[in-house]
This record gives sequence, structure tokens and C-alpha cells, in this order.
Amino acid sequence: MLKDKFIIANKKFESRLIVGTGKYKDMSECAKAIKLSGANIVTVAVRRVNITDKKKPLLMDYIDPKKITYLPNTAGCFNSKEALRTLRLAREIGGWKLVKLEVLGDKKNLFPEMIETLKSTEVLAKEGFKVMVYCNDDPLMAKRLENSGACAIMPLAAPIGSGLGIINKINIKIIRAQTKLPLIIDAGLGQASDATIAMELGCDGVLVNTAIAKAKKPFNMALAFKNAVIAGRQSYLSGRIQKNLMGKPSSPTEGII
Amino acid sequence: MKKIKKIKIKLNGKIKSIDENYKIQRLLNDLNVSTKKIAIELNQEILDKKKLNRIKLKKNDIIEIVHFIGGG
Repeated sequence: MLKDKFIIANKKFESRLIVGTGKYKDMSECAKAIKLSGANIVTVAVRRVNITDKKKPLLMDYIDPKKITYLPNTAGCFNSKEALRTLRLAREIGGWKLVKLEVLGDKKNLFPEMIETLKSTEVLAKEGFKVMVYCNDDPLMAKRLENSGACAIMPLAAPIGSGLGIINKINIKIIRAQTKLPLIIDAGLGQASDATIAMELGCDGVLVNTAIAKAKKPFNMALAFKNAVIAGRQSYLSGRIQKNLMGKPSSPTEGII
Repeated sequence: MKKIKKIKIKLNGKIKSIDENYKIQRLLNDLNVSTKKIAIELNQEILDKKKLNRIKLKKNDIIEIVHFIGGG
């Protein structure tokens, strides 16, 4: 496991679990859950500064961007123009070039708008951004994103916040087989075992927000996801046994009394 | 004494009345907002934070001041 490196845009990370910072009860709960998850990367949103309520706690006061990599996200953007604007602002806040692009197409199912996503990826890559791209579990589109300059492919497991787990394992396997880019399952995981399955499919990492933040015990769930990702990765690297229709005894059949 | 003319601008989606020729840096000082952890847009153009003391606000200018918050 020592040589098993998780590298995104030439930067090495210890943890293969990326966590979101939304939906927590408060910033203190968010910070503690992140610590327990062991994540080195957290997604963050770009929003208006609250100019009327100065006492509102700030994200940076709880999660130090010098210790944890902030991954600005375009959540809430429904076209390329909005997404580009958001990420250019994110870069201006503190020089962030590693970003997560997420262009949504439908307010109910929150599926990604892939044409706008593709367009945005091309523009951002040309502007020097390192773009991790939220996308459908579509191998053809994943290939196009790769050719457009994405630095990581992030297919959904299921709709954002749905907790349904990985709906289409076959597509994830096909994407895994065709790309050398980091493959990170993003959105739709509901419990720790979903993360293990993603890792066993050969994914390089998972991104989780709601499943931890909205669990009855977020701290325990953060720890569960941490362990689940490690277990899944070790399992994948260990090489599973072949599946057999019939049973094979574990004890020798010779010398039975 | 010459009376200072007031102008209206839109700041983070809300109409605000300020003195004419108000500089952006002064506006941020009034709001007690540090430039370190934010980005500023004036009429959809990102501003260089080093030049905030030179930029005067005009009538109907639209300013957006953003920062990072928790998100997925």
C-alpha cells in the first residue's frame, strides 16, 4: 500500500475520501466530521458575503485552507456562463486552480447538463484551471471530457443527495477501464458500504457530502466512510477471487474421518 | 459647502445609497469586509484587489462580493 498514491493534477493526497462541507448543523459539526473523515480535500461553494450579519461564522475560521485543500465547486450553476463566472471568482479569492465543475441540467433530478459541462471544461482548461468534472456515468461523455482537458472524471453514483448508491456499476467499470485519469465517484452515495463498492470497482476516490452530514450520527458516519474507502481500496488492490456457481470447501477433503 | 450627491448602486443583490465618487475600498471598509478571503465583481468584471482604492463607484453599478461557504 506504500506505493499506492492518490494524485490529482500532480498533487499527492493521503486520503481518497473527498468530503463536502454543506448541509451540516453548524460549522463546528462540519469541521469535526471532516477531521474524523481524514479527508485532505473538501468541496466549498462560492456565495455572496453576508453584509448584514457579520457575526455569521466563516468557513475559513473552522477549516484552514493551508491544511485542507479547498475544492471550489459550481454547485447551483445551470449553464456554462454561470459556472465559468463562479470558478473565476473562486480563483480570485485565493488563487485556487484546482476546481470542481458541476453544471446541472434539471432542478429536480440534479443530473449534469453535459453539453454545457463539456463546453466549460474546454474553456477552463485553456485558462489554466485544473478541472475535476462532475458528469454522468456515460463512458462516451467521460472520454470526451478527458479529451477536453479534465484532470479528473467524477461520475455520479446516483442523483445528488439521493443516497441510492451506485446505480450503474457496469458503466463505472467501463469508464475505469478506458481512463488513466483519477476516477472519483461523486454524488448519490448513502452509506459507507457504497464507498467500498466504488473503490472495489477500481475508482480512485469518492466524494461524499449528504451521507455524512445528514446521517443521524455524522461523526460516526465520517469515520465509517474513512474506513470504507480504505477497505475498498485494499480489497481492489488485493484481487478478489473468481465467482463460482457451486460451493468449494475451505477445508481439505482428504483425511475426513 | 457643496452638497454631496447620492447615487444608488446594487450591492450583493440589494439597492444601496452611497455618496457619489465613493471608492470600492471605502465601501469595503464601511462593511468591515477584509479583502483577503473574498472576490469582488463590478458589473460582472472581476476586480484586481490591489486597485480597489482607485475605482470610483458610479450610478447603477452592480457589485458582488463573494467568499467560500460550506457546499457539496
